Amino acid sequence: MAFKVLKSGLATTVQDAGRKGYYNVGIPLSGALDQYSFRAANLLVGNDENTAALECALMGPDLEFQRDAVIAVTGAEMAPKLNGTPASRNEAIAVKAGTVVSFGIMRIGARAYIGVAGGIDVPVILGSRSTYGLGAFGGFQGRKLQVGDIVPVGTRKGTPKLGRRVPDGLAMPLPKELELRVVPGLYFHRIADESAQTFFEDTWAVAPEADRIGYRYKQGRPLKFKERKQPFGAGSDPSNIVDAGYPYGSIQVPGGLEPIILHRDAVSGGGYAMIGTIISADMDRIAQMQPNNKARFVKVDLGAALAARADHNQRLQRLRSALA
Amino acid sequence: MGIGTARYSFGADEHIFVELSEEMSLEAFFKGMAITTALAKRKVPGVTEICPANASYQVKFDPDVTHPNEMMKLLRQLERDMGSVELELNTRIIEVPVLYNDPWTRETLMRFRERHQEPTSTDIQYAARINHFKSVDEFIVAHSGSPWFVSMVGFVAGLPFLFQLVERARQIEVPKYLRPRTDTPKLTVGHGGCFGCIYSVRGAGGYQMFGITPAPIFDPVQALPYFKDFMCLFRPGDIVKFKPIDRDAYDGALKQVETGTFNLRIRPVAFAMKKFLADPAGYNHQLEEVLYGI
Repeated sequence: MAFKVLKSGLATTVQDAGRKGYYNVGIPLSGALDQYSFRAANLLVGNDENTAALECALMGPDLEFQRDAVIAVTGAEMAPKLNGTPASRNEAIAVKAGTVVSFGIMRIGARAYIGVAGGIDVPVILGSRSTYGLGAFGGFQGRKLQVGDIVPVGTRKGTPKLGRRVPDGLAMPLPKELELRVVPGLYFHRIADESAQTFFEDTWAVAPEADRIGYRYKQGRPLKFKERKQPFGAGSDPSNIVDAGYPYGSIQVPGGLEPIILHRDAVSGGGYAMIGTIISADMDRIAQMQPNNKARFVKVDLGAALAARADHNQRLQRLRSALA
Repeated sequence: MGIGTARYSFGADEHIFVELSEEMSLEAFFKGMAITTALAKRKVPGVTEICPANASYQVKFDPDVTHPNEMMKLLRQLERDMGSVELELNTRIIEVPVLYNDPWTRETLMRFRERHQEPTSTDIQYAARINHFKSVDEFIVAHSGSPWFVSMVGFVAGLPFLFQLVERARQIEVPKYLRPRTDTPKLTVGHGGCFGCIYSVRGAGGYQMFGITPAPIFDPVQALPYFKDFMCLFRPGDIVKFKPIDRDAYDGALKQVETGTFNLRIRPVAFAMKKFLADPAGYNHQLEEVLYGI
């Protein structure tokens, strides 16, 4: 069983729960940027929730299915069409052999997930089927899908329940304005007192340079770093540090100009001071931000980060129960 | 050890970041290697990433399995336990052939001249001059004469950051490009700040470019013998010795890479920091004896 790519979309990649344990040699986690919607897509079609699926950024692909299949589309608001006829999002839908699945425009959100019963059957590399673009491995031949690709689908275990839906209130929320919670730290002490306030006061807009590696934000006031004699081995700019590892979700501000939040295809380290880290519960939400969507950064402590994580886990648990 | 106590910070709920020293030093790097090695041996439940870097390290973990405060306590304890440990590292020394002043990095640097501090000279001429060498040849002798520690692997897959095993006064220091290039040939040997590097993939970069190696260092297909176990050649703690080669040797090596017969000289070695610090030149000579087997 397989499907053929008739149109590639903007950036359609195979992703799963990610590749752990190799960040120390520069190989990042990868995997679906919005793990919640990714898991929902799998649960809908009766897969194990970590099964490889397609992630589509900003514009969906056209796919021709060779055999009968069951799919589900979650995440960003982008309506699926079966041979041109609209079908539902957040629901397990049947696709007959020979059907072309296409998509309307992505109205809200930035990433849709296509779960296929049986999963996308590409080789497991270092414990994951996820695509790592910079390293050109994983996923489908280490790259985005292209026109003409024949993408293999695995054998499904049971019979998925058609029409199974994500209950109201349990789909990924897709606001155009977000509050992103940050635990200040890492090199936060390097920015001037005034900037330590304006960073949290200003409204920031997602820049066009927002991808799986990192999300760049603009329109806030530039940040000033405290002047100092730079330590041996750090670069000459006051925003430079001796090259260090970058946590996922860490925020760096090269030259004090535009904050960049590193996401799951992160560069693993470098010489720019990080001023804090987005809490784990908000990482999926970043994945759904389109260019020009607005965000404010909200300062929280570790306790609040852990409480938000518990809420997020509970919500995922409710989703699992609803789709069991 | 002279670098003081580390600074600890939570990277939100899933990371702890530990800065061992604000400035780069062999002591800070060694302390990070010792602590992260000890941490790996503990097999702490929930820990998924342990990443030593130049003068810092970070740990990623599942806070639902081990609470961040518990993790913090453990890392501080590991630092205290390190206090009196004799810092010795069982590692490898690897010879890396380099064609200095090669035509490919030269072509690239000419394309980005307006982003450079000194548009009228090449990167290696500039580096030689501001580091007070009489000539480029003398600079190459210094660059390839003493070995380098792989003090961090990352940025992208398999890219080594290199810290040369010489006294601080002899460390090569250069600024990065004024604005980063959008292109760097794969396997370029570069330098920025006090760090050398080898670009594992083609792409953007801001380091000065001195030469190119024919030896692949990252290969997802794992074609050559030294990729038998893993797709990245370098690990933090490896020691690298550059060997200048000429164009004929470079072309010959490339042919071997194509036919899958290329290999590198790699030998196991123990490195003792105190012995090195007591006599850097003498100790480096011993390292070379291990590499070339007498």
